[in-house]
This record gives sequence, C-alpha cells and structure tokens, in this order.
Amino acid sequence: MIELTLALGIGFLVGSGIWLLQRPRTYQVIVGLSLISYGVNLFIFSMSRPRSNMAPVVTSGTVDPAAYADPLPQSLVLTAIVIGFATTALFLVVLLVSRGLTGSDHVDGREPN
Amino acid sequence: MEWRSHLLIVPILLPLLTGALLLLFDERRHVLKATLSFVATVILLVVGLVLMRFADSGEPDAARTGVYLLGNWSAPFGIVLVLDRLSALMLVLTGTLALASLTFSLARWDRIGPHYHTLFQFLLMGLNGAFLTGDLFNLFVFFEVLLAASYGLVLHGTGIQRVRAGLHYIAINLAASLLFLVGVSLIYGVTGTLNMADLAVRIPAVTPGDQPLLLAGAAVLGVAFLVKAGIYPLGFWLPTAYTAAAAPVAGIFAILSKVGIYILFRLSLLLFGVDAGASAGFGEFWLFGAGIATVAFASAGVLASQGMARLAGFYVLVSSGTLLSAIGLSTVEVTSGALYYMVSSTMALSAFFLLVELLDRAQDPAADVLAVTMEAYGDDPDMEDVVEDAGLLIPGTIAILGLCFVACAILLAGLPPLSGFIGKFAMLDAIIGSNKPTLDISMFGWLFTAALIGSGLAAMVAMVRAGIRTFWAPIEGTIPRIKLVEIMPVAGLLLLCAAMTIGGGPVLRYMDATARAMHAPHVYVEEVLSASPVPPPATTEGSQP
Repeated sequence: MIELTLALGIGFLVGSGIWLLQRPRTYQVIVGLSLISYGVNLFIFSMSRPRSNMAPVVTSGTVDPAAYADPLPQSLVLTAIVIGFATTALFLVVLLVSRGLTGSDHVDGREPN
Repeated sequence: MEWRSHLLIVPILLPLLTGALLLLFDERRHVLKATLSFVATVILLVVGLVLMRFADSGEPDAARTGVYLLGNWSAPFGIVLVLDRLSALMLVLTGTLALASLTFSLARWDRIGPHYHTLFQFLLMGLNGAFLTGDLFNLFVFFEVLLAASYGLVLHGTGIQRVRAGLHYIAINLAASLLFLVGVSLIYGVTGTLNMADLAVRIPAVTPGDQPLLLAGAAVLGVAFLVKAGIYPLGFWLPTAYTAAAAPVAGIFAILSKVGIYILFRLSLLLFGVDAGASAGFGEFWLFGAGIATVAFASAGVLASQGMARLAGFYVLVSSGTLLSAIGLSTVEVTSGALYYMVSSTMALSAFFLLVELLDRAQDPAADVLAVTMEAYGDDPDMEDVVEDAGLLIPGTIAILGLCFVACAILLAGLPPLSGFIGKFAMLDAIIGSNKPTLDISMFGWLFTAALIGSGLAAMVAMVRAGIRTFWAPIEGTIPRIKLVEIMPVAGLLLLCAAMTIGGGPVLRYMDATARAMHAPHVYVEEVLSASPVPPPATTEGSQP
C-alpha cells in the first residue's frame, strides 16, 4: 500500500509539474519546477526501498543491517532540498527582474501576437 | 602526509576562499578586488600545471592517479577527489581560460555589475570540483555550484536581452538538474554506491533483472549532461544564452559546455567501458547519432548566423557534437585526437568570444543584421575586380584585430597550419588509418569524416563572410578604441593554440597517454579503491584521543 501511495504521489507531483512547465507564464513555470523537485525528492527517498518503523542510525554493538533503513538517500534528499530551494529562490528573483524590465510575465519576455 | 598531496584540494578551496573574502569588500574598492581575484587565478593556473606534471610523471603507459580522501574515509564510504591525466588537463584548461577572461574583464566589465569577481571565483570552484570529484552526488553539488554562479554571470550587466536569455538558461538547467537527481538516485537504488570507481566494480555484477533499471538511470543521467553540452534537440537555448552574455563571461562559458562532455567521456568509459560485462558499450550508438545530428544542425546554424557572437554560439554546438560523436566511436586513437581537438577548439572559441566584442565596437550595430540580407539580394554586382590598393594604410588596431580574426577562422575551420587542423587530422587519421593495410571504414567512420569536414567548411564560409563584412566592406569604418588588456588575452589564447601546433608532438603524446588510461579503467578503479587513509597521529604521552 505504501509503495502505491508513494508512486502515485510522485507521479501526480511530477505530472502536474511538467504540465505547468510547458505553460507560457513565468509564475506557472516556477511552480511547475517546484512541484517536480518535490516529486524528485520523494523519488530519491523511494530509492532507499522505504519500510516503516526502521531507524536509519545504527546503534553501537553488533547490528543486523536488515533491521535498519538506508540513511544515505535521506541525506541526499536533504542536500537536494537545500540546493533546490536556493536555485528556486534565485530563479524567482530573475523572474521578477524579467517582469520589471520587459513589462510582461511571458516566458519569452513579450506577449505572442 | 606531505604537503604536496594537499595540493589536490587547492583548486577547490582557493577559489572558494577568494570568492568569500571578496564579498567582504565594498564594490568601490575594485582595484583591491580585481588584484585579489587575479592573483588567485594565477595561483590556480600554476597549481593546475603542477598537478598536471604530477599526473604525467609516471611511466608513459601507466596511469598515475592522485587520490585525496576527504575526511580521511577510505574510498567507497567517503567522498574522494581523484586526479588523473584527464582531470589535470581540464584543470589547466579551466585555469587558462579563466586567466584570459579575467584579464579581459579588468578593462571595464568587472565594474559594470556587483560581485563579478566573487561569482567568477565560485564558477571556477564549481568547475574544478566537477573535474576532480570521484563521487556522483558530489558531482551534482559541484554542478549546482557552477550553475548558480553561471546564473549570476549570465545576467552580469543586465539589459532586457540578458534577462530574457537568462530566464531560459536557468529554467532549462534547473529542469536538467532534476533529471540529474533522478538518474543518480536510480543508479544508487540498483548498485548501492555513488563512488565512480566502486560503481565500475559493481556494474558488471548487476543481475539481469536489475540491469534495465540501471541503464534507465544511466540514460536519464546522460540526458542531464547532454542538455549542458547542448545536444541537438536539447541545445536551442545555448547560442542565445552565450550570445547575450557579456564577452568575458562567454569567454569562460566556452568551457562550461565541455563539463558535460568531460563527464560523459569519463563515465561512459569508466562505467560502460571494456570491463562492464553485459552493460559494456551502453549508449555509444545514441551518443554518436546525437553528436552527428548536433554537428549537422549547428553547421546550418553557423551558416545562418547574422551576428558574429551568434556564430560563435553555434560553433560551441559544433564542437560539442564533434566530441560527442567521438565518444560514441570509442576507440583509443579517436579519443586522443578528440581531446586535442577539445583543448584547441575551446581556447579558440574563448578567444573568438572575446574578439567579437572588440570587433563589434568598430561596427554599426545594424550592419550585422543587414549583412546576410544584403548578400541574398546581391548588393555588389562587380565583385570580380579586386583592387590592389597598396596605398591604403590600414590602421594598426584593425591590423591586429584582423590578424586575430584570421587566426580564429583558421582554428575554427580546422585548416593548417594551426592546432584546429591537427586535432581534426588526428581524429581522421584514427578513422581512415594511415597505417591500416586496407581501406576498411565502417559507416560510422564515413559519417564522422563527413561531419568533421562539412562542419569545417561551414565554419570557414561563415567566418570568411563575417570577415569580409567586418574588415573590407565598411567604407567609413570607425577604428575601435581598444585597451592593451583587452587584446592581450585574445592574442595569448591564440598564441597558445600556435604553441600547441609547434609542440604538437609532446601534447599529442600526453593526449595519447590520457586516452589509453581512459580506455583501461581498471587502473583508475584499483588506485581509488586501494587508497589508504592517513594513520592517526601517534599519541604522545599525556594526550588523550
């Protein structure tokens, strides 16, 4: 059940994101990029073959690796979130500059005839 | 551990620290900022040369690999930096272009917007990190560093044109970064490692059931790099963005598209090379096909370009496409020639991007737009009578600019005597084979030959036309005002290309050694995985761990 929910969630986020990415308004593009990045973050997380009730951090002593979740994708997701957040913020600034300079929020900086 | 081994991390730390330090100073102290930035870039180039000497110091056939364990964790567990001939070559190339672009920008570009030097140093950090890292996710981080800096630089100087092109550039690269993440996580999901050397060990052992997933991951990852390299259906943003960028920025951006090429070179030979078992040779056909399509598209673009900056932008694509199809052919000799071609074409392109801005000052802005249109209608009925006007005094500036332009044209078209010719000749020789007993060339070989020669012809036609329009056609041409620091980097890069021609033997020997090491990835893998951590310092009496 958890696999299906996760897969549907990723699919829904990325699908909506790609549709928005194709739209002509810059605001739609940035929302689309954000949605895709959420979907991709969940996708990275899903690559650790998630199971419930598993600790990621190993305690001392002899341990059975099968009883633990893979911590690496979780740390990768953290990095990806931080970087994605920063680049989205940067894109937002460029978007506003473009709106101010060209007077249009079309991705090409001018309204199609 | 001797200090020398720590040199390996200097190309990453030095630009990072310099860039951060420069943030502390006010923009009004631009002399100080420029000096610091310039000194750091010179040191970077020197360190690159020292590292290159180290990488090349072993026996000619053996790969000498320097491994730097970050945090002293042994290879598959921690992140490693790896230096071999290929990464050393890229470091030196980056340093050279950086020095040229930075010198050029000192004339005026660095004062046009804020934080130019900081962004420039961060860009260098990202580039050097991407060339040195031996870890896929770390590569993603360095890619983001260099892209974030490049977003700032592409907008440097602002203006509607730059913002418009920058918006597309950023959107495309953000989307490509997401593909990068998908590819990396798929590969991790299948193999359970992100270390490139460890991946090369594990990929042959992947079960047939998991193999499609691995290949899908590798393909998605490849697409992300192909976007950066500007491959045919994904590269329409590139000429516009490079044309819009300020001249010194475009000068250093010439190596940005080569980062994708470098990674594809490295990963396709390391992960899917001879030792990869069932997955060996994955993607070669597609890389080759996409490369040829890019060359065809970009050659048409070069011919159709009206402005010279745009011509250079399309030539970046020609260069990318040529290199990609060389990766697809995947033989030692072609790889060696392709590396030579990459260095030569990148330096020539960088010089040309810088030169275009100088030439544009001599011109009416509308002249370029008119040029192609005028030609279509035949503006000059009596082109036949060439006047031997010996009495005409060509002013010194125009003569120097013209000389540089001719050198660029020869380099880009790949004509003798300069290095563009040697690179192409080395690749053609590998295909047609002067030492083969029979003329046995595959269809791929013929296609590649046609693409090489055809793109050279297109570049020559376009350059000759642009040259005539710039230097001969203007009746009342204005003599551009040019500072010495602006023409020096252009001339310097072109002289380096000439030096590569004269010293073609040693350079090609280096490229040969690099290519042989790339095609024998097991040495790289062993060196990385066997690197042992530094033992903890011996505890003296009384000190507690």
